Amino acid sequence: MSVETEEQARPASRSEAVAALEKDWGERPSLRSWFSTVDHKRIGRRYMVTAGIFFILAGTDAMILRTQLARPNATVLSPEAYDQLFTMHGTAMIFLFSTPMFFGFGNFLVPLMIGARDMAFPRLNAFGYWVFAFAGTVMFSSQLVGRAPDGGWFGYVPLTDTPYSSGINLDVYSLGLLFLGVSTTAGAINFIVTVVKMRAPGMSLNRVPLFVWAIVGTSFMVIFALPALNVANAMLFLDRRFGAHFFDPAHGGNTLLWQHLFWIFGHPDVYIIVMPALGIVSAVLPAFCRRGVVAYPLMVLAIVTISIISFGVWVHHMFATGLPQLSYSFFSAASTLITIPSGIQIFAWLFTMLRGRIVVRTPFLFVVGFIVTFVLGGFTGVMFAITAFDQQVTDSYFVVAHFHYVLFGGAVFPMIAGIYYWLPKFTGKMYAEKLSRWAFWLVFIGFNTTFMPMHVSGLLGMPRRIYTYPGDLGWDLWNLISTIGAYVLAVGLLLVLIGVLQAIRRGRLAPDDPWGGDTLEWATTSPPRPYNFVTVPTVHSVHPMWDERTTAALATDPPLPDHQAMATSELDGREEGAIEMPEASLLPLVSALGILVVVLGLLWGWYWFAGAGALLIFGTVARWMWPPERTPEEAGVAS
Amino acid sequence: MTAVTSPRLLSAEMPSGRTTGWWGMILFVTTEATVFAAMLGSYFYVRFQSGPQWPPPPLEDPKLMKVIIMTAVLLPSSVPVMWAERGIRKGQRWRLRAGLAITLVLGLSFLGLQAWEYSEDLKKHTLTTDAYSSLFYSITTLHGFHVAVGLLMVGWLLAASLRGSFGYRRHERVRLTAIYWHFVDVVWVAIFISLYLSPRL
Repeated sequence: MSVETEEQARPASRSEAVAALEKDWGERPSLRSWFSTVDHKRIGRRYMVTAGIFFILAGTDAMILRTQLARPNATVLSPEAYDQLFTMHGTAMIFLFSTPMFFGFGNFLVPLMIGARDMAFPRLNAFGYWVFAFAGTVMFSSQLVGRAPDGGWFGYVPLTDTPYSSGINLDVYSLGLLFLGVSTTAGAINFIVTVVKMRAPGMSLNRVPLFVWAIVGTSFMVIFALPALNVANAMLFLDRRFGAHFFDPAHGGNTLLWQHLFWIFGHPDVYIIVMPALGIVSAVLPAFCRRGVVAYPLMVLAIVTISIISFGVWVHHMFATGLPQLSYSFFSAASTLITIPSGIQIFAWLFTMLRGRIVVRTPFLFVVGFIVTFVLGGFTGVMFAITAFDQQVTDSYFVVAHFHYVLFGGAVFPMIAGIYYWLPKFTGKMYAEKLSRWAFWLVFIGFNTTFMPMHVSGLLGMPRRIYTYPGDLGWDLWNLISTIGAYVLAVGLLLVLIGVLQAIRRGRLAPDDPWGGDTLEWATTSPPRPYNFVTVPTVHSVHPMWDERTTAALATDPPLPDHQAMATSELDGREEGAIEMPEASLLPLVSALGILVVVLGLLWGWYWFAGAGALLIFGTVARWMWPPERTPEEAGVAS
Repeated sequence: MTAVTSPRLLSAEMPSGRTTGWWGMILFVTTEATVFAAMLGSYFYVRFQSGPQWPPPPLEDPKLMKVIIMTAVLLPSSVPVMWAERGIRKGQRWRLRAGLAITLVLGLSFLGLQAWEYSEDLKKHTLTTDAYSSLFYSITTLHGFHVAVGLLMVGWLLAASLRGSFGYRRHERVRLTAIYWHFVDVVWVAIFISLYLSPRL
């Protein structure tokens, strides 16, 4: 390919090449381009903003819940409203916030970190975003009309099946999650293919940044785990709407089938949520320890191992269901085993700090906050792996405390670290250090004040998901402390939001590489131009930006012209040739609208409407994939 | 030093020619196969958790005659797809068109036979009879839906091939559709063994 490039008439100078790239890749700001863009950076930012809005909504749900629980016998909420709020809080935080937020990070960062110009399938990427936005909107709209899902985020049958749960509430849940699953699957496939085929030349598998490894591990888990959830939700919908009997013991069905299918998805999903966060930690630490994360091969192995073992631990969510003792022993052992790769990662980060020269900035503080809270959540996690203990505390506030330490500590702390760390790249502006430190301490103190007391109230026997409690059980004080902590936490999170908005409005202009980072996103402008890199980087080591060979080549190598990206081989990252990238298009939006029509049609029982949506999808996809007309020479026809 | 670590010298791979589209389709088929695995897993889970008789009485073992014919129609339908793909790799457009047309006929026959089989099954039991029936109909319908989608793809490809789009240089969409069709085919074997043969064991 390089030979061919040299034969082409190349622009006389680098500035002319840049001007040509601006013309090929630039999008004139217009309403149409807003809807049709396929730029991974715009889509990534949209994912993050939309997921952030869902976080605020689901967080507001939680604040109302905590207000209700502040005092015994409170009447802020009716039991029905309480059920809807805790279900939407959990469902939205898991499905509509965590994973989409990290997909936003991945969308923005993965192509930059591997030196690519876009995702492998830019239009599929846009499609995935629209599907996610529509699915989230449908699910939250149900809350506006008081018909939100109310069976808990894991929707156990028979409670969620007919006749115990009439109304549309659980249909919103099953269809909404199926709808969202389309987006998550499309995103996962896109990430894997992007990383497999689009890495910069020289980025062999042993030079791929740990964050990118984490996104790939996550995506593989999505590929294999999400089908179980989709199957479960399709069965639930068939049971509820069309009178099937998958989960109905009276007709030969099985209620535990739901739990198995749900947790075969659900436990990998814990890692689907946490793994990208661990990747963020591995990406942030080198910049503030001034050295790479120690034991890179072990870190990669840990990511791969966790991705695999996570499929063998689901029954530890079902230790109280009366399954055979032998299966408890197996799953107990597997659950204990998975702490080993997790431990490897924690120790690698600690040794990175020990061997590095630490620069304390806000992203680093959030990483330290992450390690403290995540390890605490890990401790209680090991306790649950012991069946006897699990059966004592299951469905109590001890569990609520545990998974908030794991999910808030494990996912949200790194997420905020990532927001501060990459804000210069996302927006081109710097945040204000002082305000962000206030935010950190309020979030850290508020978080622990909220969730530490829940360990106690759980051990004192307080069950989760009760809308109120009598005043003589010794739970009052602990609940009051939790609620106060929740308000402190909310103020802290508000400061994060204010800090981001302030930076966007009047922050200091960010340099290209404010932290002296080691990965390729810092090799380009802040924010990057639509084509990301003028010259495709050449990678010689796992820290390309700390490698003079790469930085020198970036300045001197010839630009890659036209609307093209570089394809490389799967393992060694050997150059295979340039490929043409697709242009902006409205088709992704229209096909996502088609799925929206199908979902709404099924939800309301207007099956003709759903049928029309299916036709719309077929028509759009058929057009989307329609091959261009080619001359016989171009296509290659035997004479 | 620079020369030794230059990416071109370090690589030991042979060119594979696998495109982004190939990887995308393989991963899509993988996750789809997992959907069927979850469905069939549910089938066996419910089966082994229920009584000694399977299918639960008064239902009898599913009849084999029509299903064997269906299998005999669907399984060979991968051959014309392969033949068509080999043809277009040599630039022979007539082979592409003829192969796709044969596949289309075989696939439509399969769906027709399935509709015939359903019309007789539905007299005995429906989706709402019991959990066995729910699983039987949802699994076979899901597969029938996949055959229908595959046929839409094949028909679409046939339409596209009538224009001058494909040749030995450009035939990626043929390759991808073929992967999907083979997948729909192979999944049927798993369904045939699980739903029709295994109750007789």
